Amino acid sequence: MAKIAYQKFEDRSPAYLGALALLVALVLVGLGAAWVMEHEGHIVTGMTNQVVWGMPHVFAVFLIVAASGALNLASVASVFGRDEYKPYARFSALLAMALLIGGLAVLVLDLGRPDRLIVAMTKYNFRSIFAWNVFLYVGFLAIVAAYLFAMMDRGMARRPAIGKAVGWIAFVWRLVLTTGTGSIFGWLVAREAYDAAVMAPLFIAASFLYGLALTILLLAALGRFSGRSVLTDNMTARFRGLLAIFATATAYFTALHHLTNFYAAEHRDVLRFLLVDGGAHVGVFWIGQVVLGTVLPLVLLIVPTTIDATSRLIAASALFAFGGLAQIYSVIIGGQSFPLRLFPGMDVSSGFHDGLAAAYRPSLPEILLGLGGLALALSIVGFGVRLFPFLPKPAR
Amino acid sequence: MPDDAAMARRAFLRGLAGTTATVLAAGVTLRTFGAEAAGRAPGAPASSAVRWGLLIDASKCADGCDKCVSACREENGWGGSGRPETDAQWIRTLTVKNPRNGATFSLPMMCQHCANPPCVDVCPTGASFRRADGIVLVDKHICIGCRYCMMACPYKARSFVHEAVTDQKPHAPRGKGTVESCTLCVHRIDKGGVPACVETCDAQAGGAMLFGDLNDPESEIAKRVATYRTTKIRADLGADPGVLYRNI
Repeated sequence: MAKIAYQKFEDRSPAYLGALALLVALVLVGLGAAWVMEHEGHIVTGMTNQVVWGMPHVFAVFLIVAASGALNLASVASVFGRDEYKPYARFSALLAMALLIGGLAVLVLDLGRPDRLIVAMTKYNFRSIFAWNVFLYVGFLAIVAAYLFAMMDRGMARRPAIGKAVGWIAFVWRLVLTTGTGSIFGWLVAREAYDAAVMAPLFIAASFLYGLALTILLLAALGRFSGRSVLTDNMTARFRGLLAIFATATAYFTALHHLTNFYAAEHRDVLRFLLVDGGAHVGVFWIGQVVLGTVLPLVLLIVPTTIDATSRLIAASALFAFGGLAQIYSVIIGGQSFPLRLFPGMDVSSGFHDGLAAAYRPSLPEILLGLGGLALALSIVGFGVRLFPFLPKPAR
Repeated sequence: MPDDAAMARRAFLRGLAGTTATVLAAGVTLRTFGAEAAGRAPGAPASSAVRWGLLIDASKCADGCDKCVSACREENGWGGSGRPETDAQWIRTLTVKNPRNGATFSLPMMCQHCANPPCVDVCPTGASFRRADGIVLVDKHICIGCRYCMMACPYKARSFVHEAVTDQKPHAPRGKGTVESCTLCVHRIDKGGVPACVETCDAQAGGAMLFGDLNDPESEIAKRVATYRTTKIRADLGADPGVLYRNI
């Protein structure tokens, strides 16, 4: 294969600088929101003793899952030897690190005691999948950084075997990492909406989808800013196929999870709550996740229309990303809103909301914290592409 | 001042309750605790030979009675701020109704002090821990407030402190941004006493709650568990609670 030329992003268009300024402002607003939450306590959020994880977790889990998937293009190139993906490998590694940092920032700043981060880094309970995830996340950052070095260093370029080995390690690591993230929920035996091994492969499939969708959106955005697209027609077609496969896989595991719950009489109530009569959760699933987040983008990708292929790919990616947020919302908020059942088959009531579906209304500070994490990830990309040659030179 | 009058009345009732409990429960206490009556010596580790537990007879829980709840609130200082969705709730009374025939019963629900506590398994820092004598606690110094334990607890027994707290009790430290739950009144147990809920239920309500060492065959609680059919709530989960119920 011909030598690939890379470039730094040197565009200074008002649109790019404006977007970067907006992202930095959102990061600052997010930090401010975190400060308010830390200062006042979680009373300023919509989270309660019923719904203990809220919007910050929706954003954080979405970003962390997407981070693992963002490494897709690098993995396809170096692990599966598909050279046509290689020009995007560096960028995909940068995006993977940025998304993970954004997600972790939200997760940490939502802690009741974010000042005790050092405790989380020094005291471990190895029976906890959360503790394992701390290692998986930190390890991911280190491995992807090494991967980037292997891809970008001139000396390393003469030793492709090392690059391939690091690529393999990163590939396996990210599968383990997303297994760990899915298992945060899959191993929760107490809650009926979780407690399922399928959560791990579901999260892996979802990571491929969200990660690739965000990769495409950012490549498209950077192309728009500079007026020189790095998405070739050839790659547009390939990305389209990959997105369709990943979306189908995600839908398959989602259907498998729900159908399993439907088959077991003991879990039908929770399924009914999420899919039929659980108020807003029903809309989040059917409209957000299924129609807007799966069916419509698949139609856009598969059914031929007069709209050009790149626009359809970008629109589909945006819809998949939106659907991803809806899916994580459905998992995290919907799953918690269904009451714990201490006496299955009986009606239970108390002064502590037993037996009742929890109401959750996200507040502004927690939404701003979540958006701040997303903005942090995007601004790392926005600045990162200026510092190092992460992007391929356009063919034309 | 009405408040002063209420305070005085509460203090009087508390004194009366304490005296009554001492008089009525002295024999039981001696029988129940045996060698543990003196409590735990300062600096001595909790003993794994002991498993503290509760036996609750729901047939003695009157409808609407929440004496155990108010006793716990008073003892441990987790009084509400009037925001029920975010206020801490270390113990609550559940009303359980059979939807087929309307039959109901009530029972107190709190941390079940499981032998295999899911909250301890999931805690990333080890802040949630199970003491050798079976009491499940939160180390307030290393709880980072991630709330994973609240996701994991099948009994909804844990609360997150959503706002600044005042008037804390020295024996029950609380802190904004950390998770808390029933301590089984560990401060009393270590001095040879019984949990506040048990004491109050004995003195002011139906005497539905019995505290003791489940491992000691001579203890009253172990004898009753050996004699009567008892139930562990959500026993199917395998957490092996230290709180057992009768007549549910």
